[in-house]
Amino acid sequence: MDVLLYLIPVSLLLGLLGLVAFLWALRSRQYDDLDGAAARILFDDKPRKETPP
Amino acid sequence: MSLLGRTQPVASGAVSVAACAHCGARLAPGQARFCCAGCEGAHGLVAGLGLDAFYRRQATEAGTLRPEAAAPALDFAPVATAQGDGVQRLDLVVSGLSCGACVWLVEQALAVEPDVLSARAALATRRLTITWRGAAARANDLARVLARLGFRAAPWSPACLRATEDAEGRRLARALGIAGFGAMNIMLISVAVWVGGDMGPSLRHGLHWLAAMIGLPVVLVAGMPFYASAWAALRAGRPSMDLAVSLGVLATAAMSLSETIRNGPYTWFDGATMLLALLLAGRVFDRAARRRARQSVAELLALQDGLVTRLRPDGRGESVPAEAVAAGDRVLVAAGERLRLDGRSDDAALLDAAATTGESLPRSFAPGDALPAGAVNMGAAFTMTVSAAAKDGSLAAMARLLERAEQAKGRFVAIADRAARLYVPVVHAVAAATFFLWWGVLDAPWQVALVHAVCVLLITCPCALALAVPAVQVVAVGALFRRGVLVTSATALERLASADCAVFDKTGTLTEGRPVLLPGGHDAGVLARAAGLAGASRHPLAQALVRACPDAPLADAVREVPGQGLVAGAARLGSPAFVGLPPSADGMTLAFREGDAAPVLFRFADRMRDDAPEAVAALASLGLAPELLSGDGEGAVAALAWQAGIGGWQAGADPVAKQARIAALLAEGRRPLMVGDGINDAAALAAAHVSASPAGATDLAQTAADLVLQREGLAMLPAAVRIARRAQAIARQNIGFSVGYNVLAVPVAVAGLVTPLVAAVVMASSSIIVVLNALRAGRD
Repeated sequence: MDVLLYLIPVSLLLGLLGLVAFLWALRSRQYDDLDGAAARILFDDKPRKETPP
Repeated sequence: MSLLGRTQPVASGAVSVAACAHCGARLAPGQARFCCAGCEGAHGLVAGLGLDAFYRRQATEAGTLRPEAAAPALDFAPVATAQGDGVQRLDLVVSGLSCGACVWLVEQALAVEPDVLSARAALATRRLTITWRGAAARANDLARVLARLGFRAAPWSPACLRATEDAEGRRLARALGIAGFGAMNIMLISVAVWVGGDMGPSLRHGLHWLAAMIGLPVVLVAGMPFYASAWAALRAGRPSMDLAVSLGVLATAAMSLSETIRNGPYTWFDGATMLLALLLAGRVFDRAARRRARQSVAELLALQDGLVTRLRPDGRGESVPAEAVAAGDRVLVAAGERLRLDGRSDDAALLDAAATTGESLPRSFAPGDALPAGAVNMGAAFTMTVSAAAKDGSLAAMARLLERAEQAKGRFVAIADRAARLYVPVVHAVAAATFFLWWGVLDAPWQVALVHAVCVLLITCPCALALAVPAVQVVAVGALFRRGVLVTSATALERLASADCAVFDKTGTLTEGRPVLLPGGHDAGVLARAAGLAGASRHPLAQALVRACPDAPLADAVREVPGQGLVAGAARLGSPAFVGLPPSADGMTLAFREGDAAPVLFRFADRMRDDAPEAVAALASLGLAPELLSGDGEGAVAALAWQAGIGGWQAGADPVAKQARIAALLAEGRRPLMVGDGINDAAALAAAHVSASPAGATDLAQTAADLVLQREGLAMLPAAVRIARRAQAIARQNIGFSVGYNVLAVPVAVAGLVTPLVAAVVMASSSIIVVLNALRAGRD
């Protein structure tokens, strides 16, 4: 049963990591435009820019 | 050559053989690739920028991206804000931005401009933010790029911001994330306790403490939305579902803590956190569905929001928001523009006052006459002296009338709240009785009695009951959204389901609300040539002519003679006087003359919507007795009532009379559905049991209405009633199921036979059944 001493903290740590990532994403407004984000990953090129004259 | 090499490229769905290569609308015979000159220009622009990939990914509805021939000349320069360092920023709401490819196209097309620093569009909110280095006047060029691509843009209004800024929604999402984390990790520990029968007491004690350490903070933080709402309900003296949830969760947490301290066989932190996670998920989805509808309404309103042209003493015009104009200022009203302020005209004017009075024919005003805000200029551009600032004007007065009507309506009690009022006291009484049964009668230790009592609370905690109605709402509101019906109020569906009579406005609701070309007196060739000229004007009659013949090729070198008509070469289109005929009586006639040929007259009228009789009949068959309430004259109203198949009608009704009629119906115990579009309908819309406004309604009517129909016509109204009734039936089934399940589960809990495993299984399974049942609500 000693293995629990490692495994439970490890699993909790991983879960906490996920929670922190979720809260960070929420705070940086990544959940504000879910439809747009879903479409955006398909854009394969950066906006091109003509050099200003 | 291989067969493969000779095969033609397969046209994608959006660009089939008979569809316009830009907007996807069906092509008329004789058109090769484009439905109009605007689309051809837009396609050329897209191709020139190397953005053809757009057409392979485009997923917009056919025809939405057709550029307007004569786009309204909005001045965006005053809306741009300086960011310092010569950088300007412009926020727009962009209509037509409905697929990922559109976002890509807009961003790319703007980013190509040399001075643009960034362009970012949000698909969910239709918001486009552009920053560039240079003059504020560049805003108009950038907006023109959008217009040429077929997108309609308007300044991002505070109403848009209110609809999208959803701090409450973000709080709920955060709470859901925390509750989900807690529920999953505690379940991990709880399963170990449930199956580890050979576990030593000290190890079990350790696992209990671990669960408590996760569970207590999670219950305190993630439950906050419920505690806050329960506290508010408690102070108002109304037991709500949130109160039951809060008490159940907090009591379970407290009891589990006591069990942890005395090292009892089980703790119940898993049940408490799972309950929170399930309920929060329901709330988050519920909010997201309604937020989408609110955003769409805000978008519609922003497109109507405009600027007025104020004349400075030196005679030059400047674009300012209507709120900035004071009484005594002089403003210029362009042809086809809607008056945003009350005033007195300096010149003779011809106005369509349908939105304010319900009259279907334009009326002429002499110089010095009072002009009502909300009317549309059907004649030449004129100047007027503003008699009242926006906040003191007739529109503001109407808004106040609307507010009072809304307050007088009284709070509608949703079915879930009615269930909660009965349910909450009963459940808490049963829990208390359980405690006294075990502690007082059966002489169990108080801890054991408490465990059994809290089990009753947990098992009955209205998980299924709290999900029963929101889940149905989410599905039904989503189904209506896809059909173009926006539901803006939380209880609108319930009220719509119970409506038993339908009161219609005439102009703009049962009729098109805009001039439509009457048949007869002209042949197709003449019509096409006249429409080609008309495409260059914003005048309502010219626009009506274009709508009658949308495929007409645009004429070249069209010159507009302000207030009279259009000239292109030898062809003239305009008022009868413009081509040398006596003027028409009602101002609803256009004359067209090519050189010395005989002039041709095009007559217009406000025609009944094609689907109006069908919609009225369908509503009647659903048990909603129709009635017509109009501000127009008796003859017109009676004729239309007969045409639409409506028995009862009332003519000459002003806003107060309309509201009074609704109040009378309510006093009789009827539940009227009011359908109207005008400024004069707003108060009646707000007072009615439930209300709807059709596409193209005035902003005031759309704000007052519970449902906004996005597509033309009334055809969706009966479907909305059917969906609402079906949703209501399913909500009742769900509540019935939840109550039935409690009737079975409570005796088990009172008897002390419930373990955390049983609670978890029962809670999850009942929720799933309720949600699955709710999924049926979307079908018509």
